[in-house]
Amino acid sequence: MNPAAPDVKTLRIDGVDVSARADQTVLEAAREKGLSIPTLCHLDGLSDVGACRLCLVEVKGTSKLMPACVTRVEEGMEVTTQSDRLLKYRRMILELLFAERNHVCSVCVANGHCDLQWLGQAHGLTHVQFPYRYPKLSVDASHMRFAVDHNRCILCTRCVRVCDEVEGAHTWDVMGRGIESSVITDLQQPWGESDTCTSCGKCVQVCPTGALFEKGRARSVVKDRDFLPYLAMMREGKR
Amino acid sequence: MTPEQLSQIGADEAAARASAPQRLYVCMAAGCISSSSDAVKKSLEAAVAERGLKGTCPVTGVGCMGLCSRGPLVSAEPAGILYQDVSPGDAGEIVQSLSGEPVARLQCSRDLPFFKRQVGVVLENSGRIDPERLEDYVAAQGYEGLVQALTEMSPAEVIEQVSRSGLRGRGGAGYPTGLKWSTVAKAQAATKYVVCNADEGDPGAFMDRSVLESDPQRVLEGMIIAGYAVGASRGYIYVRAEYPLAITRLNVAIRQAKHHGLLGTQIANTEFAFDIELRLGAGAFVCGEETALIASIEGGRGTPRPRPPYPAQAGLYGAPTLINNVETFANIPAIIRKGGDWYAAMGTARSKGTKVFALTGKINCTGLIEVPMGMSLREIIFEVGGGVPEGRKFKAVQTGGPSGGCIPEQFLDMPVDYDSLAQAGSIMGSGGMIVMDDSSCMVDVAKYFMEFCMSESCGKCIPCRAGTAQMYDLLAKISEGRAGMGDLEMLENLCDMVKNTSLCGLGQSAPNPVLSTLRYFRDEYLAHIQEKRCPAGVCAIKQEANA
Amino acid sequence: MSKVRLATVWLDGCSGCHMSFLDMDERLLDLAGRIELVYSPLVDYKEYPENVDVVLVEGSISSEEDLHKIKKIRERSKILVSLGDCAVTGNVPAMRNAFKTGDVLRRVYVENVSVPSPTPNQVVPALLPRVCPVHEVVPVDVFVPGCPPSADTIFFTLTELVEGRRPDLTGRTRFGA
Repeated sequence: MNPAAPDVKTLRIDGVDVSARADQTVLEAAREKGLSIPTLCHLDGLSDVGACRLCLVEVKGTSKLMPACVTRVEEGMEVTTQSDRLLKYRRMILELLFAERNHVCSVCVANGHCDLQWLGQAHGLTHVQFPYRYPKLSVDASHMRFAVDHNRCILCTRCVRVCDEVEGAHTWDVMGRGIESSVITDLQQPWGESDTCTSCGKCVQVCPTGALFEKGRARSVVKDRDFLPYLAMMREGKR
Repeated sequence: MTPEQLSQIGADEAAARASAPQRLYVCMAAGCISSSSDAVKKSLEAAVAERGLKGTCPVTGVGCMGLCSRGPLVSAEPAGILYQDVSPGDAGEIVQSLSGEPVARLQCSRDLPFFKRQVGVVLENSGRIDPERLEDYVAAQGYEGLVQALTEMSPAEVIEQVSRSGLRGRGGAGYPTGLKWSTVAKAQAATKYVVCNADEGDPGAFMDRSVLESDPQRVLEGMIIAGYAVGASRGYIYVRAEYPLAITRLNVAIRQAKHHGLLGTQIANTEFAFDIELRLGAGAFVCGEETALIASIEGGRGTPRPRPPYPAQAGLYGAPTLINNVETFANIPAIIRKGGDWYAAMGTARSKGTKVFALTGKINCTGLIEVPMGMSLREIIFEVGGGVPEGRKFKAVQTGGPSGGCIPEQFLDMPVDYDSLAQAGSIMGSGGMIVMDDSSCMVDVAKYFMEFCMSESCGKCIPCRAGTAQMYDLLAKISEGRAGMGDLEMLENLCDMVKNTSLCGLGQSAPNPVLSTLRYFRDEYLAHIQEKRCPAGVCAIKQEANA
Repeated sequence: MSKVRLATVWLDGCSGCHMSFLDMDERLLDLAGRIELVYSPLVDYKEYPENVDVVLVEGSISSEEDLHKIKKIRERSKILVSLGDCAVTGNVPAMRNAFKTGDVLRRVYVENVSVPSPTPNQVVPALLPRVCPVHEVVPVDVFVPGCPPSADTIFFTLTELVEGRRPDLTGRTRFGA
């Protein structure tokens, strides 16, 4: 271990002075200070991919919006996490997600426990301006304990990452491109026939919506995600 | 190989040429092959053999001669008489004419502005050497720059020359090449990589393909010099699998370079070692984006990741990586050979040197050109390109492919350089120029490019994945006469949002064709929406929509 | 002070939103002093009247009849409220949009019946090829998502409108609530 004190940076987030370790992200620094930045693809304990674009923030000195989840803190940085422009973009991103697939909250197992649903509510989303696309998507219930409903998937790839990085099975991945993308198990075999799946259920726990759920639990219980930072921390400690 | 051996190859080659006073060059790049230049070459060979001229008039397959629309092209050397639209049946006549007057009915004047106005740097050997013979390249001063760099210059001096040249990335973004090289050179790491981006994918762009098919050794030389300059010992060329001929020629070129000791260890008798491997792309446009390209070389799914860290800091396998495009590397040998100042003397204040463009669309001379930076669009399209065919009226030119924009007539006198194009709402891009006349509908053009972006989006970030699909649907709605003004407003909002929130360049630039056509041809959008009419008569507006 | 002329309509929905409306219970009496109910499936007016101040629209636009009605409703109403997820998002009725209309009818009237009966093609209005939320057809002034929106939400919405304010529903309801 390096005995030297960690490099500390001071910055301002929404006018609040914040200090953070040099290896921390803007998102971590903000959340430690109790400042909220919305996220969907980020999950404590998993690697960050910067894909959902909800955590984009304004940084003084650059016209580009920066994803807080992968942007390292810098000395003297001035970050704005809430502005009319950011709110507008975040709402549009959420609307695009609602319109992309068939998110029928009223008949979804995750109704009431869904990250997408509550983010919509938190952003004052009372309707979706974009036309709904109504793609015809499947449900794979071939696994003994779990099922995947592609109608509810937002392609955040949390399941892909937890399966690869934490469970080490890499059963999940993404196939197809653009609007036709989809998460798959193994080489697009039915989940129940997967040779690599250990049935650990981590993917189900990290799924932000009703795309992955445990069978036999209509109105699914609240998902448990606390194990992740714990696992990550224990592994760090071992190194 | 030693520098002496290299000059020996050059001398031998020159002697061989002297012993064959006449030569016939046949274009064997993809454009001419698609109109059967391979058959033309065969019948020329037969005709030469028939007349017993085999020893004195070899028939050589060469790279692209530029004027693709007139292919197959044949050139009778050393007089340089160019023949166009040659068919296999013309072979006898051409061979016969070698000792007399040229075949007038097939001749294409070399005095055309198309040839006269060009300046060959990247394309200096294109159409003049056999791309499958290293000896040909060496005879044309090939690898002189490399030997010079390795034996007479320090890596810092090489970078200094590249910086002085003012060369900017030819892949599209125009990042200063010297700066990129010095960043990678300064990175502290045991392993570094040089990557050549040959994943050219813009519709209507074939500059890189032509360079690889016509002068592959030149790209290798540029990469080896780069490897020496930045301290890398391994290079990858990421080339799309849709370019089979380029791949074949690259493989031949790498084999020959290895055979002659120009790749491998102790290059040019120095301590420097460098190797190059090919990696084939599976046809995803987004893999031209550098972080997606790296992911693809590593064997992963070709999706971009947020930058920083930039590849120069942490790229391929986490090591500092220099990524340049084919044309950028192809400029390097000449810059080293002739000096950065020579290169910087061409072009404009902030865009130096020459640029290769692929002219396509409604233009008389379809093909490949290389002109100094700063030439006006008018000169490129109406002089070099020979103007718009069938007496129709020029309407716009799309530069930069799906990431670029449509530039209308009022900007024709604008000098073509990175900054002016950006000001006009487009980009330099990799060099595709699609010329449109008054029979093109700009809504339809925008729809075409949006469809391209939608199907080429990798699907990772939401704005690009779902945003391009919504924008495409809105453009389809407008073109079919089903849209209202609210749809136009929604389209503009989406353009703004997708541009500013997408993860990589593909998404960030996907709205450009819409934004530029809206900026210059808003009246056409309004005609579709308010009058349910397509002014160019391209869009099929349904009758019930009219009712 | 004149009463606010209120209408409620029921397009393609389950009437759950109207049930929720009735769940306002005794608060209906509070509202009754301020509101004149001029049209509703709960009462027996036959024709949608002119000069409606506020209309609560439950249900999505699924048939020719819905389309015809909503256009007339929009013409004759000052403030149009999309009430509930069917009106706001298309919700359950729109789940048929992934299928062709003919396939849906075959499933309902042929494959899923024990006593075969002909697919209705007279008297009942034809289905639209695609179910859509109200705002895709006519402009909507206020959106009240929820399946159904709670009685509290509806009461809040109506009291705000009666007071001449636009209700801010942030945090009060959500899709699927």
